[in-house]
Amino acid sequence: MDTQFALELRHISKSFGSVMANRDINLTLKKGEILALLGENGSGKTTLMNMISGIYYPDEGQIFVNGEETVISSPQGAFRHHIGMVHQHFKLIDVFTAAQNIVLGPGGNKYGVRRINDEVKEIAERYGFELDPKKKVYDMSVSEKQTVEILKVLYRGADILILDEPTAVLTPQETEKLFTVMRAMKADGKSIIIITHKLHEVMAISDRVAVLRKGAYIGCVDTAQTNEQALTEMMVGQKVELEIERPVTKIDRPLLEIRDLSVRSDEGSIAIEGLNFFIRGGEILGVAGIAGCGQRELCEAIAGLRKVESGGIYHEGDSIVGFSPKQIAARGISMSFIPEDRLGMGLAPSMSITDNMMLKKYQDHRYSIKPVAAKEGEKPFAQKCRRAWNAVTSFINRRVACPFVDRKSARAEAERVIEELDVVTPSTETPVRRLSGGNVQKVLLGREILTEPNVLITAYPVRGLDINSSYLIYDILNRQKKAGAGVLFIGEDLDVMLALCDKIMVLCHGKLMGVVHAEKTTKEQLGLMMAGALNLEEEKGKKMGVAKDSRIGEEHGEDGTWNA
Amino acid sequence: MDVFFANAISFGVIFLFGCVGEILTEKSGHLNLGIPGIMCMGAAGGCLGVKLCTAGVANPSGVLAVIMGILFAMIFAGALGAVYAFLTVSLRSNQNVTGLACTIFGVGFTSFFLNNVVLTEGVSTALSNAGLKFFNAHIPGTENLGWFGTIFLSHGILVYLAIIIAVVATVVLRYTKVGLNLRAVGENPATADAVGINVTGYKYSFIISGAAIAGLGGLCYVMGYMNGIVGSTVDQTIQGIGWLSIALVIFTLWKPALAILGSIVFGMLYILASRITGISFEQIPLLNMIPYIVTILVLIVTSIVGHRETQPPASLGLSYFREDR
Repeated sequence: MDTQFALELRHISKSFGSVMANRDINLTLKKGEILALLGENGSGKTTLMNMISGIYYPDEGQIFVNGEETVISSPQGAFRHHIGMVHQHFKLIDVFTAAQNIVLGPGGNKYGVRRINDEVKEIAERYGFELDPKKKVYDMSVSEKQTVEILKVLYRGADILILDEPTAVLTPQETEKLFTVMRAMKADGKSIIIITHKLHEVMAISDRVAVLRKGAYIGCVDTAQTNEQALTEMMVGQKVELEIERPVTKIDRPLLEIRDLSVRSDEGSIAIEGLNFFIRGGEILGVAGIAGCGQRELCEAIAGLRKVESGGIYHEGDSIVGFSPKQIAARGISMSFIPEDRLGMGLAPSMSITDNMMLKKYQDHRYSIKPVAAKEGEKPFAQKCRRAWNAVTSFINRRVACPFVDRKSARAEAERVIEELDVVTPSTETPVRRLSGGNVQKVLLGREILTEPNVLITAYPVRGLDINSSYLIYDILNRQKKAGAGVLFIGEDLDVMLALCDKIMVLCHGKLMGVVHAEKTTKEQLGLMMAGALNLEEEKGKKMGVAKDSRIGEEHGEDGTWNA
Repeated sequence: MDVFFANAISFGVIFLFGCVGEILTEKSGHLNLGIPGIMCMGAAGGCLGVKLCTAGVANPSGVLAVIMGILFAMIFAGALGAVYAFLTVSLRSNQNVTGLACTIFGVGFTSFFLNNVVLTEGVSTALSNAGLKFFNAHIPGTENLGWFGTIFLSHGILVYLAIIIAVVATVVLRYTKVGLNLRAVGENPATADAVGINVTGYKYSFIISGAAIAGLGGLCYVMGYMNGIVGSTVDQTIQGIGWLSIALVIFTLWKPALAILGSIVFGMLYILASRITGISFEQIPLLNMIPYIVTILVLIVTSIVGHRETQPPASLGLSYFREDR
């Protein structure tokens, strides 16, 4: 038997209902190599890996481990063949310590708190991880949790490691650390499959790249003999417009103004401190910053979901501090936040797309009596009757809040979102949790845009999305901008923000480092500001986040010093 | 006063059985509201077991009677637990509804079974003899040890069994791999599954053994506390005790060791009404409410403090299906 391959898949297929997640896939993993698995969202990467790790069972095909055909019917089975997977959504027990999570499972050595702590420490040191075995998972940062996940599979003696989008939640420094560890594991003879969207990471870490597209296997190339452009073409199958459009619009006076805003985090520490900024109609303001430096708290404060500690939020000159989320939404401020786990905030997972459309605007989807349309050759008396009837019904519609919802109009909206944003779903009545991550995001954003907001706050709208979907989202944001809305775009990818946004404000630990024009700044400058090494606010000695033509002063006659 | 404490302990252990059984069940992620019914089943089975080896037997063996009582109590209770486990684990039915159905079934079955199958001619005498002589047999000479003997050494075997079970449960949960895996199943079955723990196996084993332990509570009430006297409202009384046992789980923050103390406190509160003189008949229900009020207070305090260690298992009440997305 040919034992050059640690793992070999032949003709693997798997479908969920009517959706074919994997179709006739062949894949090989050589011993001691790092294989990158590349593909758009919903291309079946995770499904394929779940079959190798025993979570799903393939409908068809064979799996060979070290040249021998094997049946992997459960995670136990996968471990028996020394296959370990680090999932995208961490599978850790919050109330356990790192060490307890790592030794969890049947078999293994004798259990004892001190003993397992020592064991874990030893294995962590061997590969160069930094980890306190006694730390509880709920106290950990994302990268620490990931470390626990990787140690977990190493502890169990995995020779084949599968990492599902490990870098999606890491900072560049943490990613670099992870890559160092991965190289150490490779040197130790482990074979690794890494799933990622980020092409530069593929180029940096992998030996070979396998590409999936829409559930089918496209090909496998040596990393050294390819480039990002070629990989992109393999992945998407069509040429992708790499330039993001930045339309020039007529900018308006400030729509949303934030003054000296301070907000506390859930833990009670200050998350946003003395923040000033403003958004005009017809512009996209990017927010750059390392993850967890107040973006979430800022969004929630504006949307009325979090208490404002001090300072003001003004919409078209009126203070909206203390307004309920419903009142704020009624003013045309819409917020969508895609959290790290991407399962979404604002959608009810087990409800259908239609029902989720109604959630936000249930008042607008009340059942109403439809007017009778005019007929040709109508007799004068019939016309009078019809008009009278329509007048009465429209009066009733206006005055009486009907307790019944009108699913038809909501379904029409759902269909519109599905069509415009190219959502892949069997029907409008499919529960949202059955959709893939990218499609869930499209539904969420689509619903927010349907309300035609004048201020659109969107945090990480392209998180984890493939290139095509991302461009679609940028396009949607640009359309909103052209329509005169002010967009607050909280993002992670600096290149995208430089291309898409008009202005970028940089946060560092909840403080404003400065607001810069995207055209006039550089990535290096933004990087320095994000790290807190450069503070334009202090350097230039003026409050950059305060508009000269503020609308606050004129209508409230308040503190004029801000306008200076 | 010594007698009051002794009674509190001998009554409290009934809660302790139910509570430890429910803790083990809840640690596997299943909220078993069938505990009252399961405890009734334990009483029914226990009485049957004792009847089989005492009624009509010329010189009944005490050891055999106790073993048969315990064995049958556990089998009957475990059987209902197995039904609950099959419905909620394999068929993934709603745990609350299934549990309530088990309680209704268990209470009704016990009432029928005790009156029509167990309590035939002359059996009640045999049972009360067994209860008094075998189940409440204690180490001779403890009467002379003053208050210490009265409070701690004057009890029948079931009291000590309850405490041993609670201690063993604590050790298993805290210091063994089995306990670690069990807690993982209750916290996050998907995680447990992914590392190769047999989730279904753990759930079945601990739901059934939890039910069997809870069933001993029913036996303990009938043969221990009531000295084998099977009253006509025994099913109702045990049902009430069963609900309090579930409340005790919350009161003791899912810790069997704490449950030993908690059950004695509940035992005191429960018998308080019958020991305080000078209160009217109408005021007794007010006193009976105290355990529930205390439980609600504990819930309020732990919820406000919100410490992660004092929360119920994270996936309590949720069904687990591996391929569910």
